[in-house]
Amino acid sequence: MDASPQMPTLSKVPRILNERETKIVASDVNVYYGEKQAIKNLSIDIPDRAVSAFIGPSGCGKSTFLRTINRMNDTIDGCRVTGDILVDGKNIYDRDLDVVQLRARVGMVFQKPNPFPKSIFENVAYGPRIHGIAKSKADLEEIVVNSLKKASLFEEVKDRLDHSGTSLSGGQQQRLCIARAIAVNPEIILMDEPCSALDPIASARIEELIDEIRQNYCIIIVTHSMQQAARVSQLTAFFHLGDLVEFGDTDEMFTTPKDKRTQDYITGRFG
Amino acid sequence: MTSWTLLIIAALTATGFFVGQAKAQGLRNAGTASLHSLPAYHGLLMASMALAAAGITTLAVAAIAGPNSLVMPAAAALLGTGAIAASYRIITRDFRARNRFEFFVMLVLIACSAVAVLTTVGIVFSVLFESLAFFSEVSPIEFLFGTHWAPTSTPPSFGLIPLLAGTLLITFIAIVVAGPLGLLSAIYMAEYSSRKMRGVLKPMLEILAGVPTVVLGFFAALTVAPLVRNAGESLGLNVASESALAAGLVMGMMIVPLISSLSDDIINAVPQALRDGSYAMGATKSETIKRVVLPAALPGIVSAFMLAISRAIGETMIVVMAAGLAANLTFNPLAAVTTITVQIATLLVGDQEFDSAKTLSAFALGFVLFCFTLVLNYIALRIVQRYREQYD
Repeated sequence: MDASPQMPTLSKVPRILNERETKIVASDVNVYYGEKQAIKNLSIDIPDRAVSAFIGPSGCGKSTFLRTINRMNDTIDGCRVTGDILVDGKNIYDRDLDVVQLRARVGMVFQKPNPFPKSIFENVAYGPRIHGIAKSKADLEEIVVNSLKKASLFEEVKDRLDHSGTSLSGGQQQRLCIARAIAVNPEIILMDEPCSALDPIASARIEELIDEIRQNYCIIIVTHSMQQAARVSQLTAFFHLGDLVEFGDTDEMFTTPKDKRTQDYITGRFG
Repeated sequence: MTSWTLLIIAALTATGFFVGQAKAQGLRNAGTASLHSLPAYHGLLMASMALAAAGITTLAVAAIAGPNSLVMPAAAALLGTGAIAASYRIITRDFRARNRFEFFVMLVLIACSAVAVLTTVGIVFSVLFESLAFFSEVSPIEFLFGTHWAPTSTPPSFGLIPLLAGTLLITFIAIVVAGPLGLLSAIYMAEYSSRKMRGVLKPMLEILAGVPTVVLGFFAALTVAPLVRNAGESLGLNVASESALAAGLVMGMMIVPLISSLSDDIINAVPQALRDGSYAMGATKSETIKRVVLPAALPGIVSAFMLAISRAIGETMIVVMAAGLAANLTFNPLAAVTTITVQIATLLVGDQEFDSAKTLSAFALGFVLFCFTLVLNYIALRIVQRYREQYD
């Protein structure tokens, strides 16, 4: 998927990688909540520097699978994951893997904006502080300002960085959460229905933002809106009842789906 | 006569319900247009009218003629029946019985809450008036700023400062003990323990909260105080047998469950989304608690501490048994001190003439104590209100 010519070039340190290099390889992943199996034998290769959308009806396992990639499922009682998920060839379910380091590389944006009850500055500085990324105060300020700029929020909040993050509007809060995730320089950004709590205008801004930053990250977005998946992603995966039904080029998926179930879903026959 | 009267009131109430309902039902069956209110509401309204009329009459007659008068059941029956008759006439198709009954329900609820409020007001005023009587004998300046407390000596002296110092000293010791213990155990329960462990721990702590303070008091006097004294002696310190430290330690144990239980609820109320956000940034559990959960829960925790402090200040039994009566102006935790509550208790125990400055001083002390805890509770409430909407 080529970047369109009018896409702005971003100042972030470019990763010298082939476009479409595979970032995440999942093979035979099963996820259980107690007795219930939420993901069945799922295998998928997710490319770097592109937006992959996960779509499917509620309860199909798309969010569950998303949360296995930064091991957020660890915090849920009774959740069990089998199979391998490799990020850059390293299995993240290895015993010796440090979850803290993994999550520094895999950022996450949630369904409902969840800024901390701290100032805007402190929200963005949170990650750099706990990971000791900034060498000095000036360095930290630069990281915060750059992250806010990348999340296209800086112009709106530059005069009130000391205000509470919770005082912002819903859309601004969500962009603040994106800035917070970007601040630790992750390689992968997981977005779990990032626009579902936002109005159409705020959603459109988030979509623009995702498009702007996609050259530098491996972005995975779970969405209930097929229009959003079509607008924002280059690849789409369709989940149904814990199975990955189909994964491929977004345009192809929406015009010529290979599977009957995909076709039924995107034409609105169920879901 | 009282039981007869009660029987009559109950019978009238029941009659009112059935009569009202029956009339409304009759109207409903007869006409084509529908009733404004369901028949049951007409019945309920009539029943409440009968109850109110008969009940108020009974109370009024009992107050005037005494409960044994034969007038009481007669008057109740008369007015109750009158109320039924009067409301029977106003039941029509358009009568808004439902709205009227809702209004009656509201009146009952207001009356119930008024009882608590009026009791409080009554207590405050009675204490206030006795205090004023005391201040006509002893100047408020001397009382508030005097440094010598000896109500039984001649001439007596009423200086509040040593009592206040003793109260604050013991409260301070208690909060130093209970603050960290309570807060840290709350953090354990809310964030680290498994659901099963929490299910065991929380009731255990609540049992500790349920131990009567008089039991804690003799525990303090008979077990902790000698222990503290022996420990002090082995270190070469001179410890009074009724030390502030012993009383403070036991009082601390008393308020641990208060702090831990409240803080546990408050920490649990911090939205899970904030924790998830922090974990997703790669923060560890303790980083998340320290940097996100506790700051978010801080206002609530502060108010929990305030409530614990005001509880400790007002606590009597433990200090009566463990802290002694000597009104020493000292901040040495190993010395014997006394508190405001202990002095109130000792001043009013036994046969006392009720107009001496000595007895009246207890009311002045009570008033000071009341103001103190009132201010603390007010501050706690304000803190909670001010920061309540911070996350949402």
